[in-house]
Amino acid sequence: MKRKRRVSIAAILPMYLFTLLFVLGPLIYMLILSFASRDGQWGVSAEFTLKNYPRMLEPIYLRTFWNSIKLSLLSTLFVLLIGYPFGYFMARLTKKWRTIAMLLLIIPFWTSTLMRLYGWIIFFRANGVFDGLLMGLGLTTAPLKLLYSYPAVVVGMIYALVPFMIYSVYSSAEKLDWRLVEAARDLGASGFRAFLTVSLPLTAPGIFSGVILTFVPSMGLYFIADVLGGNKIVLIGNLIQEQLVKLHDWPFAAAMSVVLLVLTSVFLFLYRRVTKSDSLEGLV
Amino acid sequence: MKKSKRMALPKAYLVFLLLVMYLPIALVIIYSFNASRISSVWNGFTLDWYRSLFRDRSMFEALRNSVVLAVVSSCAAAVIGTLGAYGMSRVKLRGSGAMEYLSMLPIMIPEIILGMVFLVFFSLIGLPFGMTTLIIAHTAFNIPYVFLMVKARLAGFDGSLTDAARDLGAGELRTFTDITLPLIAPAILSGMLLSFAMSFDDVIISVFVTGVNTNTLPIKIYSQIKTGVTPKTNALCTLLFLVTVILGLSSVLVSRRGANRKSGKDE
Repeated sequence: MKRKRRVSIAAILPMYLFTLLFVLGPLIYMLILSFASRDGQWGVSAEFTLKNYPRMLEPIYLRTFWNSIKLSLLSTLFVLLIGYPFGYFMARLTKKWRTIAMLLLIIPFWTSTLMRLYGWIIFFRANGVFDGLLMGLGLTTAPLKLLYSYPAVVVGMIYALVPFMIYSVYSSAEKLDWRLVEAARDLGASGFRAFLTVSLPLTAPGIFSGVILTFVPSMGLYFIADVLGGNKIVLIGNLIQEQLVKLHDWPFAAAMSVVLLVLTSVFLFLYRRVTKSDSLEGLV
Repeated sequence: MKKSKRMALPKAYLVFLLLVMYLPIALVIIYSFNASRISSVWNGFTLDWYRSLFRDRSMFEALRNSVVLAVVSSCAAAVIGTLGAYGMSRVKLRGSGAMEYLSMLPIMIPEIILGMVFLVFFSLIGLPFGMTTLIIAHTAFNIPYVFLMVKARLAGFDGSLTDAARDLGAGELRTFTDITLPLIAPAILSGMLLSFAMSFDDVIISVFVTGVNTNTLPIKIYSQIKTGVTPKTNALCTLLFLVTVILGLSSVLVSRRGANRKSGKDE
């Protein structure tokens, strides 16, 4: 028994060491750094300061935080509206088709994120596919030039995030006892009423976990705004990157990351509480 | 009959949304064969971009870097993650829940934060930026994929098999290599394939931790997209798409076969 314990501990050891050294270590350093001062052009001085945090309350930064949250909320709302019906309908397919639909859904997300963004560039580009389509249908007469605009960024966000919602809604709709819906119908409820009073409340956990799984990563998807929005749309992520790479203000970048990390952790905690799962279904 | 009629509209919706999902990918693939340099006009079919891609030395270097990085980091993650999941399934140490949570963090927090903490940490400990830093960072976010797959597999594991082996006189190591390892091998493999794909695709974290002279394919594509694309980018993306799809499908097949074998089903 003792030997079993020793062997097991030896097996765990590499993971513990790696995690302590390369996950916990860097995180703690980031926390320390967020209380340090900037020194000269590049450096960081060990002088303790609290000013990195209140600095985020300056109007330009506050506005960026607000913009990020607004874009995330807007994307999450669209993702819910588009993804919910998909997940819900998918759960009603036969087993074979469900598997096929799931696979078809996942494949695009194995491919390079950049490639998918790049596809949207081709689509939205002035005189590109989208403009051609609209003009061909006679809906518009001049190119809309949607690339590097807010709508293009929203489309990119929705596209990147909708699978999380679909997966969550699908997981709870799959467990739904459809006989309950049929019973409601038999008792005279319209299809819509049956959905509203039976299906919707029963799939609410799926909606909730979908919203979290969409909202959390959406806060970090700054490169979508970068690529599809040109330089017009600045999010927390862009700000962190700029402070880090261009302005070399590491302590301030660290402080912003700490705030973003805390926000994310709160949502992840809620997710785990509600779904009571410690697996990462939907994330992997 | 009645049901299928009611499902007509929903099915149309499913098909439509799936088509939209594939739209950007299809566009990239189609335009990689476009003879026109200005890619908004279609000027006939060509393979020129693939030819010039294969002549580009820096592309091959980036490809080599990407492959080395993905292979090394997914193998390291396989060893560390598998042993970790195995050990944790057998003993309950104090604080192991917290440690598990910590080691899963790299795939749960926004990528930019992970990139940033690695950047500042590596410069603190004075590691030169390049392949080493890339490998460490990628291993960190690959461990969770292997760990979660193996953990799930071990959870449905029949303990009587290992007990039997030990009763028959096999030592710890022998039991592990002869009984446990073959049974969890599909999970390890599918976790590795998944992490290979993740590593091969990663941009954000790589951009932060790479050195000036070390390019990976995604980093190269990213800078091309930002500075102005040539149809060569389309050709490159198309090839990458093929690689990831093949890997992804193998991962699914491997884990499905494993799951069937576990429950004794045969398809």
